[in-house]
Amino acid sequence: MDTIYALSTARGRAGIAVVRVSGPAATAAGVALCGALPSPRTAALRTLRRGGDVLDRAMVLRFSAGASATGEDVVEFHLHGGPAVVAAVLGALAAVPGLRPAEPGEFTRRAFENGRMTLTEVEGLGDLLQAETEAQRRQAMRGFDGALRRAAEGWRGLLIEAAALLEATIDFVEEDVPVDVGPTVRALLARVVLDMERELSGFAVAERLRDGFEVAIVGAPNVGKSTLLNRLAGRDAAIVSSEAGTTRDVIEVRMDLAGLPVTLIDTAGLREASDPVEAIGVARGRDRAQAADLRIILVEDGRLPEGVCPSASDIVLRAKADGDPGEGEGVSGATGAGVDALLERIASILSARVAVGGLVTRERQRAAVFRAKGLLESAMIGLDRGQVAELVAEDIRGALAAIEALAGRVDVEMVLGAVFSQFCIGK
Amino acid sequence: MFHVKQFDVIVIGGGHAGTEAAAAAARMGSSVGLVTLDPAKIGVMSCNPAIGGLGKGHLVREVDALDGIIGRAGDAAGIQFRLLNRSKGPAVQGPRVQADRSLFRAAVQDLLGKLSGLTIIRGEVVDLVERDNRISGVVLADGTSLGARAVVLTAGTFLNGVIHIGDVSRPAGRVGDAASEKLAARLAALDLPRGRLKTGTPPRLDGRTIDWGRLERQPGDEDPVMLSFLSSGPVVPQVVCGITHTNGRTHDIVRANLGRSAMYGGRIEGVGPRYCPSIEDKVVRFADKESHQVFLEPEGLHDDTVYPNGLSTSLPADVQEAYVRSIRGLEQVRLTAPGYAVEYDYVDPRALDRSLAVRGIEGLYFAGQVNGTTGYEEAAAQGVVAGANAARHARGEAPIVLSRTESYIGVMIDDLTVRGVTEPYRMFTSRAEYRLTLRADNADQRLTPMGAAVGLVGAARLAAFDKKIATLEKARRVLSARRFSPQILASAGIPVSADGRSRNLLECLGFAAVSQETLAVLEPEAAAIPPEAVSQLRREALYATFVERQASSAAAIRRDEGQALPEDMDFGSIAGLSEELRGKLMRIRPANLAQAARIEGMTPAALLLLLTRARRENAQRARA
Ligand SMILES: Cc1cc2nc3c(=O)[nH]c(=O)nc-3n(C[C@H](O)[C@H](O)[C@H](O)COP(=O)(O)OP(=O)(O)OC[C@H]3O[C@@H](n4cnc5c(N)ncnc54)[C@H](O)[C@@H]3O)c2cc1C
Repeated sequence: MDTIYALSTARGRAGIAVVRVSGPAATAAGVALCGALPSPRTAALRTLRRGGDVLDRAMVLRFSAGASATGEDVVEFHLHGGPAVVAAVLGALAAVPGLRPAEPGEFTRRAFENGRMTLTEVEGLGDLLQAETEAQRRQAMRGFDGALRRAAEGWRGLLIEAAALLEATIDFVEEDVPVDVGPTVRALLARVVLDMERELSGFAVAERLRDGFEVAIVGAPNVGKSTLLNRLAGRDAAIVSSEAGTTRDVIEVRMDLAGLPVTLIDTAGLREASDPVEAIGVARGRDRAQAADLRIILVEDGRLPEGVCPSASDIVLRAKADGDPGEGEGVSGATGAGVDALLERIASILSARVAVGGLVTRERQRAAVFRAKGLLESAMIGLDRGQVAELVAEDIRGALAAIEALAGRVDVEMVLGAVFSQFCIGK
Repeated sequence: MFHVKQFDVIVIGGGHAGTEAAAAAARMGSSVGLVTLDPAKIGVMSCNPAIGGLGKGHLVREVDALDGIIGRAGDAAGIQFRLLNRSKGPAVQGPRVQADRSLFRAAVQDLLGKLSGLTIIRGEVVDLVERDNRISGVVLADGTSLGARAVVLTAGTFLNGVIHIGDVSRPAGRVGDAASEKLAARLAALDLPRGRLKTGTPPRLDGRTIDWGRLERQPGDEDPVMLSFLSSGPVVPQVVCGITHTNGRTHDIVRANLGRSAMYGGRIEGVGPRYCPSIEDKVVRFADKESHQVFLEPEGLHDDTVYPNGLSTSLPADVQEAYVRSIRGLEQVRLTAPGYAVEYDYVDPRALDRSLAVRGIEGLYFAGQVNGTTGYEEAAAQGVVAGANAARHARGEAPIVLSRTESYIGVMIDDLTVRGVTEPYRMFTSRAEYRLTLRADNADQRLTPMGAAVGLVGAARLAAFDKKIATLEKARRVLSARRFSPQILASAGIPVSADGRSRNLLECLGFAAVSQETLAVLEPEAAAIPPEAVSQLRREALYATFVERQASSAAAIRRDEGQALPEDMDFGSIAGLSEELRGKLMRIRPANLAQAARIEGMTPAALLLLLTRARRENAQRARA
């Protein structure tokens, strides 16, 4: 039985996001992300990590098989973060062996099958299920009409061709079929892999389009970040006071910028914290800023905020450009000087990213394409090493199965059809 | 009223499906009546004199694992053994034998003769005794009635069979046999969905008139691999086959006479297989190919007939002679029988459930070519399942159903009953999703225990199987007893990556080069393991990682297969399903959740709706 995971709260809203993992590997997945798990049915605060990277500090709950909603081992992560954190946690789970994203309705089905829900209860969920079915149907329809479907069908066509060549050498050895299909198969796979890579890199953008881009305002305490945020958002979102360190946690404002969904985040001022609570705030701010799609770095007196090293895509501005005129572009939340220019600049940077496009917009789709790509790479390695045909074929079959999720079923009949139309089979 | 002879199971037809069905039911202790047109023809091979091959060899091994007869008969008659796909891994290797026709027939009849409880009856079944959708016997052409609790119909290519040689057509089940028209009419009255299919066979040649010296030869394997788990080696002398090729002149002759071909002249409506095209098809569909291979296969040790594999046709006899003689080595050849095509009725297998019982008619089972398949092996495999289930039905026991995750038989029956056929169905390894686990070499490990549990497998085979398993278990214990570091393994000559991970010798077997001697260097006890056991563990080790990857999805399919959907489920009234899905469900009528899951466009949430509905209906039924 696979272990499944999914975000079980609505997407893209601020506040708490719950990611649920259910199945035999749930505990192992929990351990992989946060080390020791709390004992069953208790909640505890844990730091979630992937490799050395901290993803979030979250409340973690654990339920044992037989005493959980699905009847299986369940681990729940109650995350604080916005979309980027959720995406990072889902990504970390995807990397745990034995885990895959849940299909719609799958948690419910497991609950039902394990006797955790009566028929009446499931039927009571009828509306919900119907909605889910409907939602999935709509999504599938969209996928079917859309560019992703065309891409997936293109991949499917190439992979069926590759599979047919290989299967012909397996099932029809006795016949007049070409023996050395390796180079042709390899070229077909390479084409698909390249294409998939491009789509995967576009995934982040597509996801942003749906969930919003994060733009972080970074700077030393009291450099005017909150004032700038309020000005950009056109309302009082952050409490502004002149006392350094007022913004203890992360403040987010969602706004529409030239048609793009943008979440502005104001992080705690970056400096050495004097008390432990503030230290947590500073650390969290740093992480969020790091994960953001774009950073606006405010410089005061020509000094970068502590520990910040701007990358080429970041916007570096002189803070409080109202008071002291100086070198370079500046901005002032208080007077509004330079704000329009800043907004324009953000919009143009983000728009440029969107233009790259991305057909893969859902985590489920991403996981499918990612899995397919991995299998195809393994098939190519197999070909290079002269591995037996049925193992290479197995990888291609796996990849086709993964693509199935995107473009409807792939049937062995299609592979056989390709074989029979290309080769004259029949002693 | 006069006495009607009563059986548990009656099997109609003595082809490969019928013999396996009768034998299976008899092994399970049923009293069986096998009714066939000509008992002397039991065990006849209608077409090519060969058993096994890719996919087909897997089926033969599975039938053998269930103690069937095709494998043993094939070995007894084997005049050339070849394991196909030797250069690839064991999952896609298939054993094949060239069989001496008369020896094969004798072996089948001999094996049948040894079964107690089996009566062979000469006759033509013209009617089924049916009341209230329940079968209770058959009626023969001479008026005799025979009673039975279950009937297995395996009439092959005989139902409304018509054979075509060029512009000459006549009713026949195959050359030399009358067609079965009354039975076909009876089935029509039962209102079963039917269709027409066709298949063909090449002319036969007199081997004494072939110039063998000018032909490429194809010998058998040096170390023959048997079809049956119970056989140890060939028992009759071995022969060599020949290979030749068609040429431009052959194709010209065929092309010039296409209008006289039964198929291209429009006299055949049935659909033929894409993978076994006639010479007419080859010339038309692959017009740019200058030459096609022809295998010349001797039909027996004391028979000069040669089967030219690859020359199937429905051209007139004189054209057949002309194009055959245009081929190298066959210039002077004499044709002993013309090739022909046969067209016949088949029953849409979607009318059957996975036990091969006709839905809605109690006690009636169908197996073999009537279900739209082609090939001896496909027929035999269905025969075992239908025969065993007929026997169980006669005893009031629940049917045996094989999963597509555990056998090619399961794959075939699932394909047939869910998808139906558009051309004669033949097995290929590519049809099996779990190809790496469903190997010919482990068919016994997969199926014999189940067969023994239901009484299909006799004591002798079970004893041999138990011994083999004990040997394997012991070997596994010896080889997994200790773990060795990469350095130690490398020093013994086992090339593993220096990743610091210790491994046992079982894991190391996957590395092709590791010999038994090498294993014995690290584990002295390994020297005493029978080489066959080492080979078997090696086959398992080769795929170990892939098999793990598949295990959970296979388990999910098996679980879904276990979730039966009520036969009369009203798919139309399930709220929350899209219109499109509802329509598909109503048309396909999946028997379980796994079949429903394979319907195109199916969603997990829709499956959940199906599941809850099924549970509710079952619960209501239990209360009623
Ligand atoms: C011309 C021809 C070409 C073929 N070509 C190929 C090929 O290229 N490749 C391949 O794999 N396979 C081929 N086959 C198919 C192969 O021979 C069959 O698939 C296989 O024999 C089917 O087995 P079966 O038991 O279903 O039916 P059959 O072997 O056809 O047996 C049917 C049996 O039913 C009996 N019977 C029929 N009606 C009645 C009745 N009313 N009462 C009593 N008995 C009855 C007959 O006497 C016969 O014993 C060919 C067959 C033919 C005839």
